[in-house]
Amino acid sequence: MSGLLKSSIGKKIAMALSAFFLMFFLLQHFAINILSIINPDTFNEVSHFMGTNPLVQFVLQPVLIFGVVFHFVMGFVLEYKNYRSRSVSYAKNNGNANSSWMSRNMIYSGFAILAFVALHFIDFWFPELNTKYIVGDMSGLHNGEFRYYHELVEKFHNPIRVGAYVIAFIFLALHLLHGFNSAFQSVGANNKYTKSLKSFGTAYATLIPLGFIVIALFHYFNHTH
Amino acid sequence: MNLTLQIWRQENAKAEGKIVEYPIQDISPDMSFLEMLDVLNRQLITMGDTPVAFDHDCREGICGSCSLYINGEAHGPDRLVTTCQLHMRKFKDGDTIFIEPFRANAFPVIKDLIVDRSAFDRVQHAGGFISVNTSGNTQDGNSIPISKHDADEAMDAATCIGCGACVATCKNSSAMLFVGAKVSQYALLPQGQIEATDRVQNMVAQMDLEGFGNCTNTGACEVECPKGISLENIARMNRELIKASLKS
Repeated sequence: MSGLLKSSIGKKIAMALSAFFLMFFLLQHFAINILSIINPDTFNEVSHFMGTNPLVQFVLQPVLIFGVVFHFVMGFVLEYKNYRSRSVSYAKNNGNANSSWMSRNMIYSGFAILAFVALHFIDFWFPELNTKYIVGDMSGLHNGEFRYYHELVEKFHNPIRVGAYVIAFIFLALHLLHGFNSAFQSVGANNKYTKSLKSFGTAYATLIPLGFIVIALFHYFNHTH
Repeated sequence: MNLTLQIWRQENAKAEGKIVEYPIQDISPDMSFLEMLDVLNRQLITMGDTPVAFDHDCREGICGSCSLYINGEAHGPDRLVTTCQLHMRKFKDGDTIFIEPFRANAFPVIKDLIVDRSAFDRVQHAGGFISVNTSGNTQDGNSIPISKHDADEAMDAATCIGCGACVATCKNSSAMLFVGAKVSQYALLPQGQIEATDRVQNMVAQMDLEGFGNCTNTGACEVECPKGISLENIARMNRELIKASLKS
């Protein structure tokens, strides 16, 4: 097994496995966030469960943080190694003739997503950690009501933040448009189902970020009107 | 056709190279790209200049000797052809054509447009072979039943001519399409099973040692491959490596 872990293909497979985990997490995150439009009370209850359940907080959350950090660090390491494998660039290179912009610029869409993750942590995760583990308030209540829906809506009052979220989700869509199917190819899944999987991947990469954009815009316009 | 050629000139492996402009006149659209370079070289020799060095051999699209990165694409703008099978009718009168060597640190330039592709040979030596009983009791290969599907896929993989277009076109200089094809052609056949575990591990280890980049599944190699080698071969190589690593 040590040979696989050290090899270029092993690193590629590790990237794919962390991508699968992050894509599953994204789906789960979306499923919870969409509740803020459908039913705020349910959104509050699910958010409280996710924010206080020990399994989610002390097992899944650290695994998620590790997954994000691993995916970013390994992506950067591989990009740097790949960059170093060609010292002299072509005077003329026509990349559009044979590959998509998304596939050639995963590092840039990745950086944009990373910047968004930092903003998202500042907006939601750090205040949440502060309330629960530094202030020590695990009740999830504010003025006798669950605070989660109120906090979410409040964040989307600011049009600059909403704009930043929309741009970030466009980059996420670009990243997923290549990344979804690339992850399957990396683990060796290229067979008669690949064509259908590509359509599913395109749908996932488009609809999930679009859904997050709709949620952000919904709360912004709901507030202003 | 009158053309302007922008050609990479480099005296030797250690010299600094640069793009040099050469105007060329009266080129027939029916000429092959290499014949056009022959015309240029005749002109250069007549003027007492050094001809442009480029690789070529069979000029029938099957040996994998010719290379060249033409106007930003390996083997030029046509599909499923090598440079020797590319014709000047794919260009327009008055065009400027950039001609560069295949670029990758694993393919160092020897002179002008010629690169050293022996890294591929070393990858092949690391595992691209099978063991055959040559004692006289050898079983006839034709008597071993192989499914049509596997035979076809193995044959498709075996059509790789090792030209290096995949490496040249890949933004990461990855050789995985080449190695994937070489692993696949044996992995699909019963004759390849004896060394299956060692083969993929040794070939991938040698590939990494040669300094090729890692594959990011852009698919550019598949598009530019003159033999249409499919990305499925890379997926198969990945599966073979996982299988081999679990066994060993």
